[in-house]
Amino acid sequence: MSYFNEGFTWLNDPLNWTNPGGLLDRLTEHLVISFWAVLLGCVIGWPLGIWLGHRGKGGGPVVTAANLTLAIPTLALLTILPLTPLGFGKPPVVVALAVFAVPPLLANAYTGLRSIDPETREAARGMGLSGGQLLRQVELPLSVPYLAAGLRTASVQVVATAALAALVNGGGLGQIISAGFGIGMSNGGGGQIVAGGLAVALLALLVEGLLALVQRLVTPPALRVRKRRRTAVTVSTG
Amino acid sequence: MSLLSWGPASLTPVAAPADDGPGNPWFSWRYVTENADAIGTALRFHAGLTAQTVLIALLVAVPLAVVAYWIRPLTAPILALSGILYTIPSLALLSLLAPLVGTTSTTSVLIALVLYALLVLVRNSLAGLTQVPAEVIEAATGMGYGRFGRLWRVELPLALPGILTGLRLATVSTVALVTVGSLIGQGGLGDLILGGFRNNFYKAEIMTGTVLCVGLALILDLLLSGLGRLLTPWTRGRAA
Repeated sequence: MSYFNEGFTWLNDPLNWTNPGGLLDRLTEHLVISFWAVLLGCVIGWPLGIWLGHRGKGGGPVVTAANLTLAIPTLALLTILPLTPLGFGKPPVVVALAVFAVPPLLANAYTGLRSIDPETREAARGMGLSGGQLLRQVELPLSVPYLAAGLRTASVQVVATAALAALVNGGGLGQIISAGFGIGMSNGGGGQIVAGGLAVALLALLVEGLLALVQRLVTPPALRVRKRRRTAVTVSTG
Repeated sequence: MSLLSWGPASLTPVAAPADDGPGNPWFSWRYVTENADAIGTALRFHAGLTAQTVLIALLVAVPLAVVAYWIRPLTAPILALSGILYTIPSLALLSLLAPLVGTTSTTSVLIALVLYALLVLVRNSLAGLTQVPAEVIEAATGMGYGRFGRLWRVELPLALPGILTGLRLATVSTVALVTVGSLIGQGGLGDLILGGFRNNFYKAEIMTGTVLCVGLALILDLLLSGLGRLLTPWTRGRAA
């Protein structure tokens, strides 16, 4: 257990937080990378999912294909993208993480629009709403809980996976852990590894809790009991 | 950065062979044939670790799900807990386990992998069990089935599709997760991926590891879905 004591000692040292490349710097990096990755994922996943759900055709294969990305090891994507014209640094990491954010966003948007009662649609049509009006005034508001669930799944997944970016020098909180391995287990690295692990785990749990709260807030009270968090894709921690 | 100096020694030669086509190709058959032994070892290790993980997780998860199913007040907490634990990043879990179990042993990777697979399996098995219609349970009770008989003859078979979905998800994500284990020395095909990155960004090595990984995941998924069709013949009439 001595490594755990060392870990707490490491966390108690203010210098480890405020140093250049310390916990605070890495935390900021981590959040910035995650933010851009989720944003990119939303820009791609939501319009596609909403469009497919609105049309009601051809969504199945796309969702299946999106689910197949589960089989791609995160590590592989993180190592491959820097070697493409994207180059090294943050852009390839953001793109790699966005690839894992798209499936839950896409699948949930699609499921959300498809799960609307056909009678509701027909009633709206009968009232004379056009396709666009139907989408904006009926379908989108009703699928907000699903969109929120997708956002939550994607965000937590990206924050968790961003820890792996450190293995390819992409920055983020994982860098604390990988630097700990660099120092060596017995030279004080063990404590740093434990400290980094705790920091990453706590951040993931915090983000999960916060977004669960947000999801609850945006879900209309009437829908809260009936529709539990029904996600089409489960979270994959990379 | 210290990254390039730590980690397991690579299984494969450091640089691309000189006459391996121009530059640093993504695919190189020559690399594959020359390192067939090392690649085969990594693949076998990867598949073996995945099989071990999924088997252990299955043996633990189904009884756990049954307990959670029988004791209704436990259902919600177990689902919530497994959902929360599943958000913990693999890198964090491995780095917390490594000091405890040791960095070079397969056990620490195995523990982390089993934990993740377990969470998926418990969730899905429980979902499958709770979806058994109340009328069916009543009918079974009326026919004189006891608690265990009902579970074995009625509830578990009806929950089988849910369990199998969980099994497929767990298998695919385990194959992808084993690669992360190369961080602490035991990564199967992940050693190829990360090794290639460290060895002057040797693309063919990275790509071989990746393709084999995805291929392994898809093959195992197909096998399990075939097994599912064999085990649940009554679902065949419905749309897949």
